[in-house]
Amino acid sequence: MTREPVLTFTENGIYCAAGDFYIDPWRPVDRALITHGHADHARDGMGRYLATHAALPVMRHRLGEITAEGIAYGEQRIIGGATVSFHPAGHVPGSAQIRVEVAGEVWVASGDYKVINDGMSEPFEPVKCHHFITESTFGLPVFRWAPQADVAADLNAWWAGCAAAGKTAFLGAYSLGKAQRLLSMLDPDVGPILTHTAVENTNAVLRRQGITLPDTTLVTPELAPKEHPGALVLAPPSALGSQWARRFGAQESAFASGWMALRGVRRRRAGDRGFVISDHADWPGLLWAIRETEAENIYVTHGYTDIFARYLNDQGWNAEVVPTQFDSDGGDSE
Amino acid sequence: MKDFAALFNAVDQTTKTTVKVAALAEYFTTAAEDDRLWTVALFSGRRPKRAVTTTRLREWASEASGVPLWLFEDSYAIVGDLAETIALVLPPVDSDDTGTLTSWINALRELKDEDDATRKAFVLSAWQQLGGTERFLFNKLITGGFRIGISQKLMTRALSRATGKPEPEMAHRLMGNWQPDDVTWHSLIEAEDASADASRPYPFYLAYALEDGPEALGDPTDWRAEWKWDGIRGQLILRDGDYFVWSRGEELMTDRFPELARAADHMPPGTVLDGELLVWQPGAEFPSSFNALQSRIGRKTVPKKLLKEAPVILHAYDLLEWQGEDIRARPFAERRALLEQASADLPEDAPIRLSPQHQFSDWSTLADLRDTAREAQAEGLMLKRADSPYLSGRKKGDWWKWKLDPLTIDAVMIYAQSGSGRRANLFTDFTFAVWNGNDLVPFTKAYSGLTDAEFRSITAWVRKNTLQRFGPVRQVTPHHVFEIAFEGIQPSPRHKSGVALRFPRMLRWRKDKPLQEANTLDDLKEMLRIYG
Repeated sequence: MTREPVLTFTENGIYCAAGDFYIDPWRPVDRALITHGHADHARDGMGRYLATHAALPVMRHRLGEITAEGIAYGEQRIIGGATVSFHPAGHVPGSAQIRVEVAGEVWVASGDYKVINDGMSEPFEPVKCHHFITESTFGLPVFRWAPQADVAADLNAWWAGCAAAGKTAFLGAYSLGKAQRLLSMLDPDVGPILTHTAVENTNAVLRRQGITLPDTTLVTPELAPKEHPGALVLAPPSALGSQWARRFGAQESAFASGWMALRGVRRRRAGDRGFVISDHADWPGLLWAIRETEAENIYVTHGYTDIFARYLNDQGWNAEVVPTQFDSDGGDSE
Repeated sequence: MKDFAALFNAVDQTTKTTVKVAALAEYFTTAAEDDRLWTVALFSGRRPKRAVTTTRLREWASEASGVPLWLFEDSYAIVGDLAETIALVLPPVDSDDTGTLTSWINALRELKDEDDATRKAFVLSAWQQLGGTERFLFNKLITGGFRIGISQKLMTRALSRATGKPEPEMAHRLMGNWQPDDVTWHSLIEAEDASADASRPYPFYLAYALEDGPEALGDPTDWRAEWKWDGIRGQLILRDGDYFVWSRGEELMTDRFPELARAADHMPPGTVLDGELLVWQPGAEFPSSFNALQSRIGRKTVPKKLLKEAPVILHAYDLLEWQGEDIRARPFAERRALLEQASADLPEDAPIRLSPQHQFSDWSTLADLRDTAREAQAEGLMLKRADSPYLSGRKKGDWWKWKLDPLTIDAVMIYAQSGSGRRANLFTDFTFAVWNGNDLVPFTKAYSGLTDAEFRSITAWVRKNTLQRFGPVRQVTPHHVFEIAFEGIQPSPRHKSGVALRFPRMLRWRKDKPLQEANTLDDLKEMLRIYG
């Protein structure tokens, strides 16, 4: 008799029959284990949510009244016939890979992850398993991230240049995760940091849970740009070049994303500058993470799935593409 | 190459033309003269003779990076630029570059006579030596195509600022056939007597589209009107007993249009004409469609049979040089009078014809005339101010193209493919179909016309609504209706639908339109009957 796989890929999402729960489901189900709070992974309408303690505040902020329980990293929990535990994914604060063990067989659903330490998110920890579910947002050998300190130096030099030229520096980034990581990279000695409401709301949530961020000033309708010379404005990408941004007068705009590694995308999206900063693993990072799991079976969920799975198969893994509704579009989430 | 890389970054990292021009002008003032000359050459599409084939480059990059060739090729398809793909897949290094732009170009040119092993050793060592932008630029020197948002306009503006010479003069100096080996910075840019070669064309004057009616242009009697022909814009140069034909894209097309050699029988040397190249059958009232001209465009040499089937003439509408004198500064009406005089005795079979002007005294007469443009195989009308000089480049004010509205049809999106380069992470290439009974018949592809936000939104939709994958192509659920605009329609046995469209693009995303209300194949055939 062949055993049921521990996790299967259903139209509702990744399902564990032994524990009767879903991981990051995209349709309403009774019991959802959530890897992190981004909109394509933590959706509305689940009966019960389980996520790390650090992921919950943002989920509550985004989803409102939900029935949710927190879990510590590494804590084991029995759900039906399955043993589950959450392990740092390094993607954003509170993000997790979810380990599921049934009768000695171990699966890990990694959600979104990056393997470098960004100084803010709990650093990625490889988890040994038999079956590993991976993303491949940047699963091409052209994606290779420079050390964070180098990018931070470029970013601050750009800001200082804007300030010296009497221009406001506009930096576009996704409000949850990327914006706070950028805050932690900015040098507050260069000038004041102003924030868009969308960014500041998430800042407040993360500050409340003990994450240290530099001082920021919310841009309100009353705020007088002239009183904040040399400022950097951190805002969602949609605010770049908008009516909202225009009141700041002479400005340069930049966009921070892994896609900025491609000159074509940079020129389409970036305004003046593009900084290559991603919360997803680059090519060497994906391969390192997969090797570290010692898994033989790899399921590629979103990104350059076909190409990445073919490469893994060439290299001796059993890899297959599984369709999901996780985003890896070049949208604001990356 | 450090300075050139710094220039490239300065220009590439901004969208502001003032910043680009300032960076270029600075470079044209401070860099070594041979580096300046090469920079002008590279940014105007010239490049050193290719010393290494791109096939070899790909193989070596695959080998040096440990990335299998198929994966390299897949990555290239997404990045959209070979030089960039190579620069990105190779392991990063800190640049250790002591060469200049010119020294790197010379080193590459010396490779021409070397064997493959020597070439490979040179390229691999360059890749190890050069990091970041410099590695990318080194690759670009081999592959060509410096598209970095520097238009001819910006470059002439920067050169003008660096040298103090007026922009139109700079634009004219950069025209034509020159190669960096045959000129110096001094002879090309600075010399007082720019003793140009006989083939050098004048910069084309380009019109803006007239979006609203012509009423805002003022008194109709100040204006002249002609058909806007649907051919290829061309400049015919008759100098020193020779003839040269230039395209608007500054491509020398002389050999493709041997019939124009006879122009020298009818016009004196020292004549330069601006006009439209059209296929025109002897005795026909109107030119043939653009389709007929297409058979001539792609061919460098023309077989006799084709010369007979698709004879080309120049429909002249402006005179830029007369009796060896540059008359571009004179009013259009005066140039036109000279042109009419020069064309007065042209025989029926001459390869030059005078493009007729329309008589009109009010704008509504002209509007009625415009509505009949398709019958004359024209795209609409050209309006030129009678007292306008012949300017260079696209300038607002004196010349307007007043085109017909495009033809449109509502179609269903059935396949999607992701773009490359600028559009690497978006689905941007779509196939559209019309109804034939209960079937959807594909009839065209379209790539442009949506905003970035719309492309992002349709991309997210495609990901969730893929029915089947065929390599990079995804078949999607028939659901979205788009209004497709196009300039012309032709019968085409190669297409399942039996038609081929000219310049198809997405005019509107018809979110309001249910799938069933898209147009039908019969509608398309009816359009073919009327406009084909």
